[in-house]
Amino acid sequence: MDMQVAKKKLGLKERYAVMTRGLDWKPSYQKMEDIYPYIAYEGIKIHDWDKWEDPFRLTMDAYWKYQSEKERKLYSVLDAYVQSNGHLNVTDARYLNTVKLFISGISPLEYVAHRGFAHAGRQFPGPGPRVACLMQSLDEIRHAQTQVHAVSNYNKYYNGMHDFHHAHDRVWFLSVPKSFFDDAITAGPFEFMVSIGFSFEYVLTNLLFVPFVSGAAYNGDMGTMTFGFSAQSDEARHMTLGLEVIKFILQQDPANVPIVQRWIDKWTWRGYRVLTLVAMMMDYMLPKRTMSWKEAWEVYFEQNGGALFKDLARYGIKMPDCAAQIALEKDHLSHQAWSTFYNYGAATNFHSWMPDEDEMAWLSAKYPNSFDKHYRPRYEFWREQAAKGNRFYNKTLPMLCQTCQIPLVFTEPGDPTKICYREVDYKEDKYHFCSDHCKKIFEDEPEKYVQAWLPVHQIYQGNCFPEGTDPTVEGFDPLAAVLKYYHLEHGRDNLDFEGSEDQKNFEAWHGQATKNI
Amino acid sequence: MQIDLQTIAIKPLRHTFDNIARRIGADKPATRYQEGTLDMQQEANYHYRPTWDPDHLIYDRARTVIKMADWYSFKDPRQFYYGAYTMARAKQQDTAEANFDFVESRGLAANLPEEVRDTVLKLLVPLRHVAWGSNMNNAAVCAYGYGTGFSQPHIYHSMDQLGIAQYLTRVGLLLGGVDVLDEAKTAWMEDDTWQGLRRFVEDSMVLKDPFELFVVQNVVLDGLLYPLVYETIIDDVLSAKGGTSVAMLTQFMTDWFAETKKWADATVKTAAAESDENKAILTKWITEWRDRAAAALVPVARIALGDRTDELVGEVVQQFNARMAKAGVAL
Amino acid sequence: MSTVFIALQTNEDTRQIVDAILQDNPHAVANEQPAMVKIDAEGKLVVRRETIEELIGRPYDLQEMQIHMITMSGNLDQTDDEMTLFWNA
Repeated sequence: MDMQVAKKKLGLKERYAVMTRGLDWKPSYQKMEDIYPYIAYEGIKIHDWDKWEDPFRLTMDAYWKYQSEKERKLYSVLDAYVQSNGHLNVTDARYLNTVKLFISGISPLEYVAHRGFAHAGRQFPGPGPRVACLMQSLDEIRHAQTQVHAVSNYNKYYNGMHDFHHAHDRVWFLSVPKSFFDDAITAGPFEFMVSIGFSFEYVLTNLLFVPFVSGAAYNGDMGTMTFGFSAQSDEARHMTLGLEVIKFILQQDPANVPIVQRWIDKWTWRGYRVLTLVAMMMDYMLPKRTMSWKEAWEVYFEQNGGALFKDLARYGIKMPDCAAQIALEKDHLSHQAWSTFYNYGAATNFHSWMPDEDEMAWLSAKYPNSFDKHYRPRYEFWREQAAKGNRFYNKTLPMLCQTCQIPLVFTEPGDPTKICYREVDYKEDKYHFCSDHCKKIFEDEPEKYVQAWLPVHQIYQGNCFPEGTDPTVEGFDPLAAVLKYYHLEHGRDNLDFEGSEDQKNFEAWHGQATKNI
Repeated sequence: MQIDLQTIAIKPLRHTFDNIARRIGADKPATRYQEGTLDMQQEANYHYRPTWDPDHLIYDRARTVIKMADWYSFKDPRQFYYGAYTMARAKQQDTAEANFDFVESRGLAANLPEEVRDTVLKLLVPLRHVAWGSNMNNAAVCAYGYGTGFSQPHIYHSMDQLGIAQYLTRVGLLLGGVDVLDEAKTAWMEDDTWQGLRRFVEDSMVLKDPFELFVVQNVVLDGLLYPLVYETIIDDVLSAKGGTSVAMLTQFMTDWFAETKKWADATVKTAAAESDENKAILTKWITEWRDRAAAALVPVARIALGDRTDELVGEVVQQFNARMAKAGVAL
Repeated sequence: MSTVFIALQTNEDTRQIVDAILQDNPHAVANEQPAMVKIDAEGKLVVRRETIEELIGRPYDLQEMQIHMITMSGNLDQTDDEMTLFWNA
């Protein structure tokens, strides 16, 4: 054979095909069901894995090349940021509380995504989705690590981030994001893909990252902005994977449609409940606001998600029912959430505060239908009380929703004056829910959700005190014991921003940096 | 506002995260490897059991029979976190790219002696399937292993093996074209030469114990396959027959094995040093799978080595035994 | 028709890419935000390798876009020459 005869140069698609699916073979020494044991039990039917369309056709050589370039850029920015004490350039020290929320609430989830995609990638018999999942698994450990590395410098100067892994596994409100990802990774591989790959990455990720990262940019946090945008550049690949997975599953068999619809309904709601934290961050925690939660929801869910579900209609998929309730809640969500954290500010790893007059004016303008009527009077009362030395801290533990694990603080759809409670009797016990949607999720899989590690129940059962604690002794202070179990220092990591060590240090350091003392 | 802060010194409240300080014994600056690895995996208060494996927790020490007091005893001597990993691979990829360009632009592939090219196509190209199997096995160890110190290197290893499968595919395309990929796959599926190895790979895919899978794939199979194919056959035997340019195309694999075996050795050493029970389990696994792997590799090696096969495979096994003895597992 | 979009980081490398995209897609609108630019287009958006190459004066691989991409919306189809975002409905 004459090697000089020019071999036809393969196009991207053909080349990628021989680089991935060409590698696979049908085993004969072991049975398919033994090699891929988890693929059948969810009831999803796949007839032809080769029908999978690879969206971005990235081979490993290109992956290493582009990703290393991103990493080099990212770490050089981080180094420069550290060397120049960049943390003193943020708008105001209140901003740092978003970083605390992020590192303890979100970064550990990136890690679970890493392990979850390794699991899904291993279990899918199709080479196309396997490669895409494993590449995402690799990206997700990147996100977890770059976040830790970026926040590492903040941790050196500010409180509340010092033991975030420990906190994530224990602190009451962190069970909301933790249980969300635990729910996803314990589901079957197809549901995992719909939950994280599609519902979270495609439908909701823009609401998490774009406001958060633009918020960082607006508030002078170069470190976070850089890791955020750098992570987002992988996100385009992940979103495309999420969308392709859905289309692929739906095209394979009509019997898959109702299963997928139930998952989309469930995970849109689950994800939305987790985004409560983002909503209050956008409306309350960023000293300089980018857009309101309501605006972000309208742009990224109602418009963009609307286009998506219109596109999926041909497969028989419709917009999740919960969208109607979310639309009713968008005027209230962030306010109800922030009020809750203000209440429970003695048991958090970040500081809370009441918005100042300018901020209240911004909230009134962004939420003309709800803020002045329902929330401003409450805030003004709390502010007056705080001025008199009666800063309100709620010491009574709240009832939690069995599904989303958020305290029952949300109001009835359409009636912002009445707290929404739902309950279900299952076997010997009664279970409580924040909404019809969380209740339905429980009813579909009660055996899963009865297992939930609910922080309030656990505290009452005595499981959240340091080892050796005797809760029966005279003068036992449960909150102090719980904070010890959380590794949080009372008066330093928690309570109001006003008077905090963060506030004092930032002012002093900033003064030192800008004045000639 | 840009603030010039060169002259001010602010005393930090702490130097690293508390979990890192507990592990390294003091509050002192930690490396990016440490901060990106230690305690990254969740450890307590899982909410639900996996519906796909209800007998275990999400992350569960009991998925393997290897017992460790602390799974973070496993340290990667390369100190790979994602950034360090991708930058190292990108550098190797640059070299590989330059090598492929060199071979291609000078028509070196065309000038390969017929016998050498034939050997390469028959021997090397089917190995892309072995690498693909390893991609899958390493994904499993990453997914089901305990502790980031142990699980993390496996996602890197998994993707490295995908990269290797793709380099081998490129060698096939360069020396032959799409047809030779098909021929190699047919050989992999049907020829007697390959059936022992294919059975070995498929049998490894059903192993449930992530540590055993690490041993079978990364310690044993690669520990014999890479020295045999890339060192003995390509660097020595084929180079002597005018196939030096082939060694250029597989330089990534040669360098990769030299690098990764340090990590594999460190991992074996740590597990074996932990207890006699671990050491006994490792000895049993390594011995049994080594014998199977060596037997499966003999017909494959014969493609290139002919009469000298038994002798050279024997040497590779001896070197492997010596390597394991150094890692604390005398076979 | 629904809107597709692509958002890129604002930097030296992307300025000409954005120009190329706008040149090839007269119906697209660039929307400048802090540190990023979001390009919205009704129904479909095509990124063409050749146009980018003309503007930057060097060979360009469309996969390089990944370095700067922040987010996108729509179905994706990529070849050596074009990257297309589109909605079917």
